[in-house]
Amino acid sequence: MLITELKANEVIRAAISGKVFVLNCHGCREIRFPEHEADAFQAELTAEGIVTGIFTTEYICNDENLSVILQPHAAAIQAADTILVFSCGVGVQTVAAMYPGKRVVAACDTYALPGFQGVTPLEHDCKQCGECYLNLTGGICPITACSKSLVNGQCGGAKNGMCEVDPSMECGWERIQKKLTALGRLDVLTKAPVQLRNYATDDLVNK
Amino acid sequence: MRITELFDNGEFVVTAEVGPPKGIHLGHLVEEAKEHLSGITAVNVTDNQSSVMRTSTLATCAMMKQAGLTPIYQATCRDRNRLALQSDLLGAAALGIENILCLTGDHTKMGDHPGAKPVFDLDSVSLLYTASQLEKGYDLAGNELVGEPPKFAKGAVVSPISDSVDAQLAKMERKVMAGADYFQTQAVFESEKFIEFMERAKQFGKPVQLGVIIPKNAGMCKFMNRNVAGVHVPQYMIDELAADKERAKAGITGVEIAARIIKECRPYCQGLHIMALGWEAKVPELMKLAGL
Repeated sequence: MLITELKANEVIRAAISGKVFVLNCHGCREIRFPEHEADAFQAELTAEGIVTGIFTTEYICNDENLSVILQPHAAAIQAADTILVFSCGVGVQTVAAMYPGKRVVAACDTYALPGFQGVTPLEHDCKQCGECYLNLTGGICPITACSKSLVNGQCGGAKNGMCEVDPSMECGWERIQKKLTALGRLDVLTKAPVQLRNYATDDLVNK
Repeated sequence: MRITELFDNGEFVVTAEVGPPKGIHLGHLVEEAKEHLSGITAVNVTDNQSSVMRTSTLATCAMMKQAGLTPIYQATCRDRNRLALQSDLLGAAALGIENILCLTGDHTKMGDHPGAKPVFDLDSVSLLYTASQLEKGYDLAGNELVGEPPKFAKGAVVSPISDSVDAQLAKMERKVMAGADYFQTQAVFESEKFIEFMERAKQFGKPVQLGVIIPKNAGMCKFMNRNVAGVHVPQYMIDELAADKERAKAGITGVEIAARIIKECRPYCQGLHIMALGWEAKVPELMKLAGL
């Protein structure tokens, strides 16, 4: 099971830019979603006139389904500079992969809860680390896409773009580098303060 | 002596590296280092290199220092969490070992204990930052240290021939931000690529030591091309080694190749780091041939 918690409003504000399309996922029922806090924050953004649309759905981790249900919102998404996603880490990664040219921002941190895990496709993975890094890494998770779960950039262990620990896996930091370069946002990575993981937030219950 | 003082004086700093054995008899290693590496500035001591378990780096550094050599303490983040790393950095400084090299470390799966837990609580960038914090008199949690804080020459590595050179430069920038004072590079066999890299890396204003391996034979080069990230030996060099097997075996060809690379790259970098891989005895000859 997992729980999502809203990131601090100022953290989300620092990550978004320009017009915003909001996507809420109320998917798997075992997830606790911070609905009231999310609504309040989204109302603030709407009052500021920067929101092009708000869409609440479920199971955005299923990209085939998502691409179909987002079709009616194509114009609102097109008009937005940022897609702000309120979901678990898998949902954010699915949206980021679907819109490679857009700034896709995670509004939530995802925490693990003991017990049965939600059924998610294998393409994207979320370790439920409780301090979502996707806003620093172009929507590609460094915890799950890097064999060493590094949070400050690539190690020297990539050979022909593949990870030396698992040669069938593309180096996650190479993917992050390419994505941020394509978005013209490499400075997000190079200028970010030194990242230190906080293992005390691994588990919200014991936080 | 911190090697940063030498870089500051404009000296071309030469280092080499040795790996502790899987055992407690370090005398041979220290004697060999004294015999062959006394002519260079400092000696890196590797930390469970390639994730193969060996005797403690810190203990080996202490013995090197006792023998009159200047050790560089290599610390990786694979085997220790932030408490252990800070405690060892302070321990090194207490022993007068002030030259450090901060690395992420190879994954445990690459070594001889593939079932071990890979730690990576910190990484090369956050370890450099940690050392910087200790120098300011604080630990990573912000607690004050007792007494005078340590002072380090904080080294880092970069892979200039990597096929992900953009990602390497981005990481280098973060290492500089975290407090790196100098860089040692992965082994270079293609001088032009290294020179191109240095054109881009000089913006950071930190001294860079060219990494050099003395190639032993064609087979070793082919192995590195297949398996070692960030290392590429061009075919003409492999042919050169294969042309006269006896000459290669005696180390003559390898030393010539390494000396050539050093001469070509020297105007573009601030030092040299030799990875002799068991051929420490050839280091004095290499230095001579390279004009150092």
